Amino acid sequence: MRDIKAPDIAETVTRLCKEANYYLPKDVLDALRQAREKEEAPAAKQVLDTVMKNAEIASKEQMPLCQDTGTTVIFLEIGQNVHIVGDLHKALEEGVRQGYTQGLLRASMVRQPLSKRVNTKDNTPPVVHTEIVPGDKLKIVVLPKGGGCENMSRMAILMPAEGRKGVIDFVVKAVEDAGGNPCPPVILGVGIGGTSEHVMYLAKKAILRKVGEPNPDPEVAELERELLERVNATGIGPQAWGGRATALAVHVETYPTHITALPVAVNFQCHSARQREAVL
Amino acid sequence: MDISPPLTEEVLEKLKAGDQITITGVIYTARDAAHKRLFEALEKGEKLPIDIRGQILYYVGPTPPKPGQAIGSAGPTTSVRMDVYTPRLLAAGLKGTIGKGARRPPVREAMVKYKAVYLGAIGGAGALLSKHVKRAEVVAYEELGTEAIRRLEVEKFPVIVVNDIYGKDVYEEGKKKYRQETPLKA
Repeated sequence: MRDIKAPDIAETVTRLCKEANYYLPKDVLDALRQAREKEEAPAAKQVLDTVMKNAEIASKEQMPLCQDTGTTVIFLEIGQNVHIVGDLHKALEEGVRQGYTQGLLRASMVRQPLSKRVNTKDNTPPVVHTEIVPGDKLKIVVLPKGGGCENMSRMAILMPAEGRKGVIDFVVKAVEDAGGNPCPPVILGVGIGGTSEHVMYLAKKAILRKVGEPNPDPEVAELERELLERVNATGIGPQAWGGRATALAVHVETYPTHITALPVAVNFQCHSARQREAVL
Repeated sequence: MDISPPLTEEVLEKLKAGDQITITGVIYTARDAAHKRLFEALEKGEKLPIDIRGQILYYVGPTPPKPGQAIGSAGPTTSVRMDVYTPRLLAAGLKGTIGKGARRPPVREAMVKYKAVYLGAIGGAGALLSKHVKRAEVVAYEELGTEAIRRLEVEKFPVIVVNDIYGKDVYEEGKKKYRQETPLKA
């Protein structure tokens, strides 16, 4: 067993919250640059230039890339030989509290979704997903998830007979309906298979992949290519002002499913595709 | 073209969907919670905390500023959430709104009826847009925090005309122009 102390986890989360919100990952910047080269629409080119310039200012001044610094979604991969000394969830919450307060990040969480929509003032609590994996390490990924893109998420359980075409139609319609709300060019996370809750988790995990890195399964990779082509043929473009780059990438994750079902889920990630990870 | 509120009919007539313009002068921030309060005040016949006639509302909830900064990151939020309140505000004399994403038909109809425009700022460019805000001051609903109404002094704040007073919409026009037909592969 390897001991990892809760305060070290808190400190790491604090750092990741700040860094994720100030520095756009290199793979996202590269994808934006490539989209800019291929873009045809003049207004769209200008949007992409502005977005890249924004990333430059944010990193130089250590300023949030976007005012919506998101719901703090935390993914943990906990090695089964890790022993956490202290309270894990309290440590994560403290990490977010410190990160959002020290980092001058916006507090966007309300205490209760119905009648008591009162701001918690420090962006707590985070939404936490844990997976137990082999080994003695702890991997922490912080994904600040903005409302504009998150609110366009969609899930359906299709019938198996609807097949590949049904999946494509569902995803393209989700993109058409979302229009400019999720801040295109987006990264589309698509989950296929599993159960109702697992398929949305797959879609969310899909956006964590390096931008444009294909799924290792050739059939799924081909589906990703076709989805990207179809999504970018909609003409929606950056900020929905019209153009080619509606999505930078489509990432599909699959899981075995029940004989009766074809679950499909879409999770949008805006062009400010922020995430930061650390391994303890 | 650079415009300054209060917006006159003469200026509004010149703005066409797709025009890229800038704003210099005073605009006000308001998003979900502030809209609810403004709407309720109008319904009750109460006086609003700001005079919205001829003015522009910017849908933004900024991050806290660093010492010496006027405002933190300050890009637009999704406008559709304000749509239930907007026609009432336009009827009361509001002439412009700034946000991102398409408006629903009742808002678009109200913009034609009351001669008002919807302007799009680039979502996710909050750090860059903050540089165009020279001063910011909370003027109403302070307890709402990031959702309070702020008076912003802006300089050359860049926007695109999304909906003009003639009923045109940049999202529809843009999409139509760049749409490609791609038949499904077998």
